[in-house]
Amino acid sequence: MTEIILKDVRKAYGDVEVIHGIDLSIDSGKFVVFVGPSGCGKSTLLRIIAGLEGVTSGDVVIDGDVVNAQPASERGLAMVFQSYALYPHMSVYKNMAFGLENSKMPREEIEKRVNDAASMLQITPYLKRRPKALSGGQRQRVAIGRAIVRDPKAFLFDEPLSNLDAELRVAMRKELAGLHAKLGGTMIYVTHDQVEAMTLANTIVVLNAGRIEQVGAPLDLYNRPQNTFVAGFIGSPRMNLVDAAAEASDGRIELVTGPQRIAISSSIRITRSDKITFGARPEHIEIVDEKDADIAATVDLSEQLGGETYLYCTPEGMPQLTVHQLGQLPVHRGQEIHLRFDRAAMHLFDGDGRVIANGIPQ
Amino acid sequence: MADAQTASGRSIAGLLTARRGGASWHWTDVFTYVYLAFGVCLMFGPVLWLALSSFKTPAGLLEFPPTLLPLGQIEVEVDGHDKPLPLYKVTMEDGTVRELAQIRRIGIIAQMVDPNDPETSIRVPIASREPIREFRVAWENYTKPLERFNFLTYLNNSVIVTVVATLITLLINSMAAFGLAIYEFKGRNAVMLFVIGTLMIPITIILVPAYLVVTQLNMVNTLWAVILPGAATPTGVFLLRQYMLTLPRDLIEAARMDKASEWAIYWRIVLPLSLPAIAVLAIFSVMWRWNDFLWPLVVLNRSEVYTLQIGLNAFQGELDVQWHYVLAMTVVTLIPVALVFAFLQRFITTGIASTGMK
Repeated sequence: MTEIILKDVRKAYGDVEVIHGIDLSIDSGKFVVFVGPSGCGKSTLLRIIAGLEGVTSGDVVIDGDVVNAQPASERGLAMVFQSYALYPHMSVYKNMAFGLENSKMPREEIEKRVNDAASMLQITPYLKRRPKALSGGQRQRVAIGRAIVRDPKAFLFDEPLSNLDAELRVAMRKELAGLHAKLGGTMIYVTHDQVEAMTLANTIVVLNAGRIEQVGAPLDLYNRPQNTFVAGFIGSPRMNLVDAAAEASDGRIELVTGPQRIAISSSIRITRSDKITFGARPEHIEIVDEKDADIAATVDLSEQLGGETYLYCTPEGMPQLTVHQLGQLPVHRGQEIHLRFDRAAMHLFDGDGRVIANGIPQ
Repeated sequence: MADAQTASGRSIAGLLTARRGGASWHWTDVFTYVYLAFGVCLMFGPVLWLALSSFKTPAGLLEFPPTLLPLGQIEVEVDGHDKPLPLYKVTMEDGTVRELAQIRRIGIIAQMVDPNDPETSIRVPIASREPIREFRVAWENYTKPLERFNFLTYLNNSVIVTVVATLITLLINSMAAFGLAIYEFKGRNAVMLFVIGTLMIPITIILVPAYLVVTQLNMVNTLWAVILPGAATPTGVFLLRQYMLTLPRDLIEAARMDKASEWAIYWRIVLPLSLPAIAVLAIFSVMWRWNDFLWPLVVLNRSEVYTLQIGLNAFQGELDVQWHYVLAMTVVTLIPVALVFAFLQRFITTGIASTGMK
């Protein structure tokens, strides 16, 4: 059981700072996912924890010890690489045993551990093969097996599923979740795929441009994004975010964007009213009768998936909105529909993108 | 058509008459074969000439015009003469052609005899006789030096020098290459440039200082004097380093995560994966060491430490060169290099065929 704490970790390459002071505490036994767009520093952060990169300033603390000066080999962590990084000249067994041989473990113990891990991952029949004779999914298992046999303090995963095809990715995702439930170790997982983040994590850390945007449980991030970045990043398809101005009129507040005016409860305190952003997830926009509607919109495209329908429609003077509806809708291109935003699931952000309210009273 | 041929396995005849498709000969086919034939002659001509000549007798070597095959003159026993006499085909004054044996030659007149009639000697101008020759291999070119000279000692020395020097070269060059490829530090490229820069200094320039160093170390007339000074080669470091740069960094980092020491990373990860480049360097090193002449000539002065090349040089006296021995022994010295090349050459074309990376 391992607790990892980052204290004001900064990393610069020359004059370019890529990690701008990260404070993070990863509790023992948690599955933590670093998620963010490419180039946000999530992999760098993982490599800093692993010891493959040094910090420019700040501390990495593992189980109470500052490990800044410890090389990767002494930190007792195991890492699964995006490319799997299996040693091509060694058999699967040798690949898995390599780390144990390096720590001078007796041969019987190595054999037992490798065989146990292999049977857990169902790769026992392939132990004698070379990595090139394995499929992508099997290589992935070997890479995970190589981490498991070490019985490390924590597991680090660097986009481990991104080289697999969609079907296998879903299957491996489930297996990883099962593995965490079985092993119970601390796991840190880096991905740019927010679906992986949502499905696997106890805690998601959303990173952007070298900073933490928000830390929280998956549904917490989904329901209560703290800024427009998290709001837009978590959830698929992404949240509709519309720039607007807030105007007060007879006891209510109206969100004005182009010719559209959307009235909301005045119980919300808006300090700067000229520039705000409101957001609504596709599933929180309803198709209603004209009299109940906030706006009217023209359907640009409808995607009928059978069990659900996505509509892409443009209200006059507003950017395109994505609308998600269950079931099959008899809607065609060019048709005018009337939309209403579910107030309880609407999000308001100020001019700097920080949240004003997650959910607005009726 | 080409595909069908590939599928059924190519025969040599099929390979030698392959055309670029179609049933008739295109002019490019003809051009290609002429060009390739020229290339074959250029490459194999000298070697073949050497091999054929190594079987000629000293007399056969000096003959003009030279013959392609090793030929020897037929000699016959003639009554009344102790030694066998060489046989000639003689055109007589009346135009008839007879086979006569030559007793002796005086100026432009040869005194000859008919083997069937040993009593009468015939005088013939040398212009009208022509030696009768047969295909004859002078094995003694090979057997004599092997018996008479310390050929086996030279061979032994050469093998020791080549094997030990190649092993040392591979070890320290790969270590240097590992340092320059895997670690990132300030001035890495400058160091590499410096290593490459030493290529521009020819050995002849540093011959004397290197000799002085070797003398100081009391290594003159030992094989170490040949082995050690050339062990670190800039070419080798460059070759291996460039190859190691192509190894995926993830592998090195995975090894670090696997608690591998730096030595283990070098010895168990990088070295096995660099095998194709190491094989290339091994071939080069074997060829360099086996054919090395100047430096061994300088530091080895006693015949018991001679390498083959220096030993060969001994056949070459100040006044007299025993070409038949030189040629024969040259063929012998070619054999090991050719064998090494034959066995290791498949590595040259092998890349990281067995990559475990995606």
